[in-house]
Amino acid sequence: MLAKLFKFYGGVKPPSNKTLSNQQPIRPAPLPSRLVVPLHQSIGGTPRPLVQAGDPVLKGQKIGEADGWISAAVHAPTSGTVVEVAMHVRPHVSGLESLCVVIEPDGKDEWIAHGPADRAAMSPADICQFLQEHGIVGLGGAGFPTHGKLKATPGVPMAELIINAAECEPYITCDDLLMRERADDIVRGTAVFRDMLQPTRVIIGIEDNKPEAIAAMQKAVEAQGEAFAVVPVPTLYPAGGAKQLIRVLTGKEVPGAMRSTADMGVQVFNVGTAYAAWRAIGHGEPLISRIVTLTGNVRSAGNVEALIGTPMDELLKLAEPNPDTDGIIMGGPMMGFLVPNEHAPIVKTSNCLIAHSERLFPPKAPEMPCIRCGACARACPHELQPFELYWHARAKDFGKTQQYHIFDCIECGCCSFVCPSRIPLVQYFRFAKSEIWAREKEKKAADEAKQRFEFKQFREEREKAEKAEKLAKAAAAQAAKKAAEAAAASDAPATEQPAEAAADPAEAAKKAAIAAAMARAKAQREAAQPKNTDELTPEQAKAMAEIEARRQQAGIVPEPADALPATTEAKPE
Amino acid sequence: MMFAPAPYLLKDASVSRVMTMVCLALIPGITAYAWLVGPAILVQLVIASVTAIAAEAAMLKLRGKPLAMFLSDGSAIVTAWLIALTFPPLAPWWLVVTGTLFAIVIAKHLYGGLGQNPFNPAMVAFAACIVSFPALMSQWPSVGLQMPLLDQLNVILGLAPRVDALSGATPLDAMKTALKLGEGQVDIAHLLANQDIYGNFAGRGWEWVAVGYLLGGLWLWQRKLITWHAPLAFIGGMVLISGVLWLYQPASFASPLFHLLSGGTLLGAFFIITDPVSGCTTPRGKLIFGFCAGLLAYIIRVFGGFPDGVAFAVLLMNLSAPLIDQLTQPRIFGMKGKQS
Ligand code: SF4
Ligand code: SF4
Repeated sequence: MLAKLFKFYGGVKPPSNKTLSNQQPIRPAPLPSRLVVPLHQSIGGTPRPLVQAGDPVLKGQKIGEADGWISAAVHAPTSGTVVEVAMHVRPHVSGLESLCVVIEPDGKDEWIAHGPADRAAMSPADICQFLQEHGIVGLGGAGFPTHGKLKATPGVPMAELIINAAECEPYITCDDLLMRERADDIVRGTAVFRDMLQPTRVIIGIEDNKPEAIAAMQKAVEAQGEAFAVVPVPTLYPAGGAKQLIRVLTGKEVPGAMRSTADMGVQVFNVGTAYAAWRAIGHGEPLISRIVTLTGNVRSAGNVEALIGTPMDELLKLAEPNPDTDGIIMGGPMMGFLVPNEHAPIVKTSNCLIAHSERLFPPKAPEMPCIRCGACARACPHELQPFELYWHARAKDFGKTQQYHIFDCIECGCCSFVCPSRIPLVQYFRFAKSEIWAREKEKKAADEAKQRFEFKQFREEREKAEKAEKLAKAAAAQAAKKAAEAAAASDAPATEQPAEAAADPAEAAKKAAIAAAMARAKAQREAAQPKNTDELTPEQAKAMAEIEARRQQAGIVPEPADALPATTEAKPE
Repeated sequence: MMFAPAPYLLKDASVSRVMTMVCLALIPGITAYAWLVGPAILVQLVIASVTAIAAEAAMLKLRGKPLAMFLSDGSAIVTAWLIALTFPPLAPWWLVVTGTLFAIVIAKHLYGGLGQNPFNPAMVAFAACIVSFPALMSQWPSVGLQMPLLDQLNVILGLAPRVDALSGATPLDAMKTALKLGEGQVDIAHLLANQDIYGNFAGRGWEWVAVGYLLGGLWLWQRKLITWHAPLAFIGGMVLISGVLWLYQPASFASPLFHLLSGGTLLGAFFIITDPVSGCTTPRGKLIFGFCAGLLAYIIRVFGGFPDGVAFAVLLMNLSAPLIDQLTQPRIFGMKGKQS
């Protein structure tokens, strides 16, 4: 079956450097001395820890409970003892810490009881829950919980299910090797997704620089009698961007602001995700390991199957980095980042570690002024005008950057790659986005402060009401006392009743006062609202949420959960 | 360095590489030029280059910018070469120096230096000089007058009298003057028969210089340093207006081919209106920019008082480029067919 392919605009052809690491089979990484498993490994809520220091755990035992629908469970990658549940540095450009479960392996690697899912007896919702319970998230970088994508948008027929095996970033070969060696399980996982989504077509898109992987996938698809199309796509960075791959394979263009590709009848999963899903469904194995490419300035590059939580420096040692190695890039050289702390663990989305050296990645020449040559615009896959964005970002004219669609930028780095003036364009765009984002957050914080203020007002009103009530009570008590005196202490129980009767109207007054104060606060709030001119439109807010997800996918900014200003933590609860 | 941001891989590109390629692309045209009028043009190229580098260095120093980095970017050389190629080849040295100084100091650095100049510096220099020294800027050597280098040098340096043979006009200018003097009585076909001035298509010899520029321009396009939009639209604009008038009155209006191969048309099309700093950047903007510049250049050269119109046309369009860009922002990915 020969599919008609489409083109996306722009793109670049950096040297792929893939043969460095795709010549050897996947090696299992030895058990590390300790595992640091971050609880927050996917987009969405941070899983709640289920273990504490001293607890013994088995391989595959759940140690973090999904928090909410967009969240996925976290499991112990091997058997051993929990040393601590504490803050540790994350593999993130920010170098911030997050809550991690630290496990000391006992060396037995003893599994918890597990087994395949009984799919015949399970509803789609059950399967979603099963995947969530087994910690399956997107392995292509986004880390979006997979079960959250297994539903068609109501009213939009699911036309294409796409398995993204393009792997367009230079150096990375983990998907390549996974397909060469484990194509059968990938196809089975794809079939699970197919059964859930019921798409018209299933397409597996692979960049044509991976002939072995294409052959292996074709063979596996045929062997299982599936009607999946294995389609080689031209090698052009970033063909593996979800929207670019959708464009190439279907001709559809998903607008930047669209939250889910399912709204256009397409859903995309990374090939590693399909594999992990099958290991869960078919074998009951939660996501506790992944294939990681170790490459760059090393003597023996290759791919290893590593446990989640393995410290990066320990893992990279397996590839024997050369002595002049001066850093580790997590991810590819186009969208990855130099990790601020090399002891940080690998997580579910860590696809590649590149040993960095100045020999391999020479320091950039000094930045020159933009000569408006337009090379960046011709390279931008989202058809933006990066030099205009740069101009306005530099001038801190963030409104203008939004006018030039800054939130459509996927930070692929094509523009920086081609710029003859060596301008770190993407960096400017990240800066502008985080600036806009921060302002939005400030505004939110201000709103919350306003709410706190209103609550304080409300409390003062209530206290006033309570004072009034106390006075009323005191008066009632006085009256009761008088009554009691009048009764001359003849019948003690009777003394309570008038007091209670007197308290009741006071209670009613208090309730009325509270209601009045609430209504006043609400009216004030509503009156304040229209003045708020820098209110974002729903589209903008949506676009910003989207970009935040993308940024997290690229590992660029701290997730909002970590980055919330301290003020918002003191919620008036 | 440790936290340098992605991408870590960069294409082997730099401003100096871009500028070097532009200079290389000028070489076929320069070769034809030198063959046509002799080595004088090479002397002018050197004078302009040295002046440009000196002026650039002085201005960078004044502005407190890193000298080595900006001097090596090559942009001053491109400006210098364009000046040398648009000025008369035997213009006195001080005219070229003045023009170059004007371009680098005023048109470039006073506007903020590399990347900031709203006008093409070489065209500013040309316009300033033709307005200030109209006679000197119109003295072109008669073709076929192959003076030895020493004599040419003497003329340039002002050591020898500016002989009559030098006060020829460009073929373009000559035709305009002849048409004007003939007051409608002269037929172009008749003029073109003058083999001293005119060759097969346009000015004798000059037509081959134009072809040299065309070759260099095509090479720039093939190497993706320029896009086809502006040059093609410029040529289109020129051909359209000249074609219409030529069809209407072939006796008084020269053919589109004549106009394409005369004056600064092809140099302008590939090396001047493609200047990214002062031109348009969006594809549709480039089309508009090029087309209007082509129309204007024709109108000014045929109906105006100056020997050629390319410089003024380009400056006029430079002025409107930011607005055109703003109005022609392309639709972005995911907005095809929808109004953004
Ligand atoms: S590639 Fe660089 S120099 Fe060229 S227009 Fe873009 S930002 Fe400016
Ligand atoms: S990083 Fe953004 S602006 Fe630059 S090429 Fe990629 S999408 Fe376009």
